[in-house]
Amino acid sequence: MLPANALPAYVTTPGGFLLVLAIILPVVAVLAMLVLDPRHARSVVGATILAGVAAALAIAEELIRTGAALIYVVGGWQPPLGLALRADGLSATMIAMTAIVLPGIAIFARGLQDLKPETRNGRAPTTFWSLLMGVWSALCLTFIGQDLFNLYVALELLTFAAVPLVCLDGRSETMGAALRYLMFALLGSMLYLLGTGLFYGAFGTLDIRSLSAMSDDRPAVSVALALMIAGLLAKAALFPLHLWLPPAHAGAPAAASAVLSALVIKAPIFLTLRLVAEVAPTPMAAIAGKILAILGAFAIILCSVMALRQARLKLMIAYSTVAQIGYLFIVFPLATGADALPPWGTIAWTGGALQLGSHALAKASMFMAAGIIAEAFGHDNIRDLSGFGRILPLSAATFGLAGLSLMGLPPSGGFIAKCLLLTSAVLGGHPWLSTTILAGGLLAAGYVFRVMNRALATPQTPLIIRRKIPARLEVVPLILALLAVLLGFVPLEPLGLLQIGRPDRPAETMP
Amino acid sequence: MTLGLDLTLIAGLLALALHVVIVRDDRNAVVAFVAFGLLLGLAWVRLYSVDVALTEAAIGGGVTGVLLLRTEALIRPASAAPTASRRSGGALAAIACVLLAGGLAIAVLSFPNPAPTLAPEAAEALGRTGLGNPVTAVLLAYRSLDTLLEKIVLIIALVGLWSLAPETLWGGAPELHPTAIPEPLVYLARVLPPFGVLIAVYEFWVGADAPGGTFQAGTILAAMYLLVLKAGLRPAPEVKRTALRVLVAGGPALFLAVGFLGFLMADGFLSFPDGAAKPLIVGIEAALTLSIAGILSLLVAGPPSKAPAP
Repeated sequence: MLPANALPAYVTTPGGFLLVLAIILPVVAVLAMLVLDPRHARSVVGATILAGVAAALAIAEELIRTGAALIYVVGGWQPPLGLALRADGLSATMIAMTAIVLPGIAIFARGLQDLKPETRNGRAPTTFWSLLMGVWSALCLTFIGQDLFNLYVALELLTFAAVPLVCLDGRSETMGAALRYLMFALLGSMLYLLGTGLFYGAFGTLDIRSLSAMSDDRPAVSVALALMIAGLLAKAALFPLHLWLPPAHAGAPAAASAVLSALVIKAPIFLTLRLVAEVAPTPMAAIAGKILAILGAFAIILCSVMALRQARLKLMIAYSTVAQIGYLFIVFPLATGADALPPWGTIAWTGGALQLGSHALAKASMFMAAGIIAEAFGHDNIRDLSGFGRILPLSAATFGLAGLSLMGLPPSGGFIAKCLLLTSAVLGGHPWLSTTILAGGLLAAGYVFRVMNRALATPQTPLIIRRKIPARLEVVPLILALLAVLLGFVPLEPLGLLQIGRPDRPAETMP
Repeated sequence: MTLGLDLTLIAGLLALALHVVIVRDDRNAVVAFVAFGLLLGLAWVRLYSVDVALTEAAIGGGVTGVLLLRTEALIRPASAAPTASRRSGGALAAIACVLLAGGLAIAVLSFPNPAPTLAPEAAEALGRTGLGNPVTAVLLAYRSLDTLLEKIVLIIALVGLWSLAPETLWGGAPELHPTAIPEPLVYLARVLPPFGVLIAVYEFWVGADAPGGTFQAGTILAAMYLLVLKAGLRPAPEVKRTALRVLVAGGPALFLAVGFLGFLMADGFLSFPDGAAKPLIVGIEAALTLSIAGILSLLVAGPPSKAPAP
């Protein structure tokens, strides 16, 4: 056990201020929209998105150029008393992924609102923009926070921005779904906060860098980690804590569903990964990894079967989300189980990051395509959608391309991700995990083909178009789906980018 | 003497907690819960955490109590006698809570002695801030980013709450007072607010050097305002009003502006120029107190229930 003061101090790096901008720009937008007339909300969001994307690109560029993590010490107060922000390769990748998916969803939401100009500046659209900016700020903070309480604030911001997204349309059943989501999320927050308190009581610090050097197998660490991980799983909707997700994600308006499914649930998963890989001592990480992988495997199989049985398109996609995040939990034993390699050097780590990114792209585009379908025909009953591919060819294509990634067929990001995970499972001697990965792919093929089959079928009675959809609205999800496919052209090996700034121990922060 | 006091306090807390769980009548449980919050505040005083005690009494006892009472009044017609499924749910919750408490006990009993703490560092660094209360220094200097973002959490919660109103009422005024307002309430609402405002100003002002501060002061102000609304002495404002929104956003906006000023005049975001730390912090606290008062009272007031004037 190292005393905390033997660790290198945090030193702000030249590009460190970009991390502050990533968190604060959306916050400025929230405050501005609160004061300004609703008419200006879209211009505020537009400007913020331009600036935020520039900041995300600059972070990635700075990281690749220097080959070291970006650090910012907030207010000049050194942790553990103060707070530091730190972006390594994985964080920067997540920030970049958010900076691609979230603006895509925003453009789509804008286009969808334009279909009903009379309510464009009304309750739901205006609220959506504020919540979207809140989600963005919270996500960025989750990816770069270095302090367990600071990360708790990020989770709270995320929860309170995400829950109202579910019931924006104001129907009573979506209110019920939102309330259930709130209960699960608050339970998760409470458990996370209890664990944070225990860490402070045991070590007198909440700084992750210090904790990873100090944590050992004393009971307080086990209890704290168990509470925090359980809390995060409730927010991430890992089986069997997933019951809130399908009604919430399926009931939300299309753009909100895309935000929730593609981005919001990734935050608690990212934090779980940091706790297990950085804070948990090795034996405990191994046990946690096993449990998480078992739950993940159950999620993949059971929720894929549930997805197959859904009558409504959006519910099917929501169940598919629960199944797909199961893959992310399979990463844990595969990445931490290799003795010769650090977790971030394994192919499973790269596979996990790719799965996260490709699922975000694919799921966002799928929910948006489903939103277009529901808008065009007034319903989303899969059985009654025969021939929708003739009327909405671009949306059908979007659905198919995104489906490739979910099934894990080449060429797609999902293929590379699942291929890396499968290889890792076979090499590491986890036959049941490799079987699960393969079975999950087959089941995903089942539910994707069920929809594609409808898309290409010849209808007995022609579909009634309730509202004409302009092609430019269909293009946005198509682009995201194409990006998910393009992710399939990264090389099949551990990505160097994901290893920048890891481990958080050597003299990288020393001048 | 103090041991006897502490034991009485613990016994009282346990008894009230049990009462809250066991009692059938929801309103009775809520009242006991409020009493529990106040008693818990006393327990924090005994643990030398006066700042926590004040917050617990104001939020845990006060604001939460008001919210629970209103909710209870709303759902009373619909809530039926406990059913079998509710009982089994209760049993499940009981098991989970016992496990949780057991785990916490194991962890807390294993803490090292003396407890590792950052208190000496927090006290030592006070000199750089010019403040006398280390809690305020943690909230507004060392971890100001947390405090700033927590205010954004509150604002996002408020935006979410407003969005629960039906389309036609969005931006309108919430309605708090019952149709028949009891006379004593009106009397209280006329007499109490001046004292409440005085106490709040005091709380805010001493916060820099002694226990107290923005959150406590803001809560008291919010309580006074809610009392006035509840007694029908003033109508609740329409939430789309610009003045109200400027009040709500003002504290965090000033905080942010000072934060960005740090890029130009000090060592970066949220750092204060030498010597100017204390006046800047007190200024931020003043604006934050008003914003918190606004946000908390609007959160308690609930979503708009009257259509806005065109």
